[in-house]
Amino acid sequence: MLSIKVDAAAVPPAVLAGMPRLRWGWAGAGLLALAASCGVGVLVGPVHIGVGTVVQTLVGGAVDPGQANILWSLRFPRVVLGVLVGGTLAIAGAAYQGVFRNPLADPYLLGAAAGANLGATLAIAFAPGTSVLGVNVVPLAAFVGAGAAVSGAYALGRSVTGLRSATGLILAGVAIAAFFNSIQSYVQQTQTSSIRQVYSWILGRLVTAGWDDVLLILPYVLLSVVAIYLHRRLLDALTLGEDEVTSLGIPVRRVRLIVVVAATLGTAAVVAVGGTIAFVGIIVPHTIRLLVGRSYRVVIPLSVLFGAAFLVLADAAARTVVAPAELPIGVITAFLGAPFFIAVMRSTRAAAL
Amino acid sequence: MSDIVLAGVSVAYDGEPVVRDLDLTVASGEWLALIGPNGAGKTTILRAIARLVSFRGEIRIGGRAVTELSSRDVARKVAVLVQEPQMPAGMTVAQYVLLGRAPHLGYLGKESSRDRRIVRDVVRRLALEELASRPLDRLSGGERQRAAIARALAQQAPVLLIDEPTSSLDVGRQQSVLELIDQLRKEQELTVIAAMHELTLAGQYADRLALLVGGRLAAIGSAAEVLTEPAIAEHYRAQVKVIQMNGSGTAVVPVRN
Repeated sequence: MLSIKVDAAAVPPAVLAGMPRLRWGWAGAGLLALAASCGVGVLVGPVHIGVGTVVQTLVGGAVDPGQANILWSLRFPRVVLGVLVGGTLAIAGAAYQGVFRNPLADPYLLGAAAGANLGATLAIAFAPGTSVLGVNVVPLAAFVGAGAAVSGAYALGRSVTGLRSATGLILAGVAIAAFFNSIQSYVQQTQTSSIRQVYSWILGRLVTAGWDDVLLILPYVLLSVVAIYLHRRLLDALTLGEDEVTSLGIPVRRVRLIVVVAATLGTAAVVAVGGTIAFVGIIVPHTIRLLVGRSYRVVIPLSVLFGAAFLVLADAAARTVVAPAELPIGVITAFLGAPFFIAVMRSTRAAAL
Repeated sequence: MSDIVLAGVSVAYDGEPVVRDLDLTVASGEWLALIGPNGAGKTTILRAIARLVSFRGEIRIGGRAVTELSSRDVARKVAVLVQEPQMPAGMTVAQYVLLGRAPHLGYLGKESSRDRRIVRDVVRRLALEELASRPLDRLSGGERQRAAIARALAQQAPVLLIDEPTSSLDVGRQQSVLELIDQLRKEQELTVIAAMHELTLAGQYADRLALLVGGRLAAIGSAAEVLTEPAIAEHYRAQVKVIQMNGSGTAVVPVRN
């Protein structure tokens, strides 16, 4: 132990200030935001359903069967999916930013979505209905595609500009995404028998989503979110220089690999039901950094809560802005996210992440 | 015991030899300064001891070969202070010092109240309490160096490797940082190996100096033995005057003819 000489008159409080921790107030605010957005998500829709009816339905009271049906088969699964998709995209964005030390990293900009689409398209077109060990092959193929895209973007970005440059990685991701999209379009156009299924995958199915979609992605999402959450303290350590982290005995490569695999797994799963939704992984973590703090102990858990709340609200907006028609939810997130992305790019503080 | 033995150590980067067949022994509690012109291999030797670079030959710390230790065990024995520590923007001093506890934590990096207590003690020892909740990007150069030392100290490793501890500091801060390291060395019985640019300071603070040239040991010994006008002229290609000051070391002064 250290031997310390301390002037008795100048003894500071026993608890040291500045230690990283998630304050209950912010956790509570996140839970509140999530609950409120879920309320909005359930109440908004072409058929008016009152708060009382929703509560009655949830507790199993007597309600109009038509309204109960709308809630159980349309609105509830859609809100739950919004929670899963938004929470996962936000935490995956924060995780990629930490691992790649790049404030501009986002599941969509790294090409993960394009990779997932290509993988899924290939599986649907060439191996329809196949399963491996009882698991539907389409999500697995999406995961492999997303993993290929992210590792390709990483390798390309590093070889061309080195990891010092935040934009190099993103440009590599954009190039990979364009390349994968072109192959995907080719396969889609030439395999006309499966084109409808492919479209339904690519565009996302939040509109028609049901409980089966929730069950399809739930295991992947849980695995991804839990794995990233457990590594939140290590993501803080990764912000040090390479020699410094290594000299602390932290298995840097293993941590990077686990976090990237987890983030990519979650992204591939949510792309399957959500379609291409960009910028959630940029908007949410950076807003938390600005408002609350930059420690991943704070950013990671709050990204899940606020990411989920954000996407449920964006989905509610997508349903109402041009009612009775619907906008794709990616339109809303891109409209909000693109200016935000530019702001992050311009901020010199973010460049030093 | 934290004595360090290097036997026949060679390091190459991309086939280019940087350290060649080096033998070196550092006693427990000693301060050894690595001196030598740019590119002599000082930083590389530090990196090899901390096993941050692969090497041929053998390096033993407290009698155990570092290649037989896990990277966590190396980190428990050796703390490294790099030349320009990366100071993540927005990270508080306390959080930064806490990272020094990493080798003592489980894989997921969860700290106990004991770790927090050690961090608090280290922060007090280095008089950083006032700055504990300040973000690193709002510290002055001297404060940053103190925060970096605090992080290394929180590691509670008996060996401290320092790369150019005073490179961007003014002369007053150079002295106070070196005095601090020397005090800590005595309090905590640390073995210190420091790559040092300032020859006079190296002579004043280190017990022995190792002069490296082209990855080889050219001379080793006390300041009076190593810091000689012919040796410095030969290896640094510098015109200097070496002055023995009564009781306060050896001064190396550049001269201009």
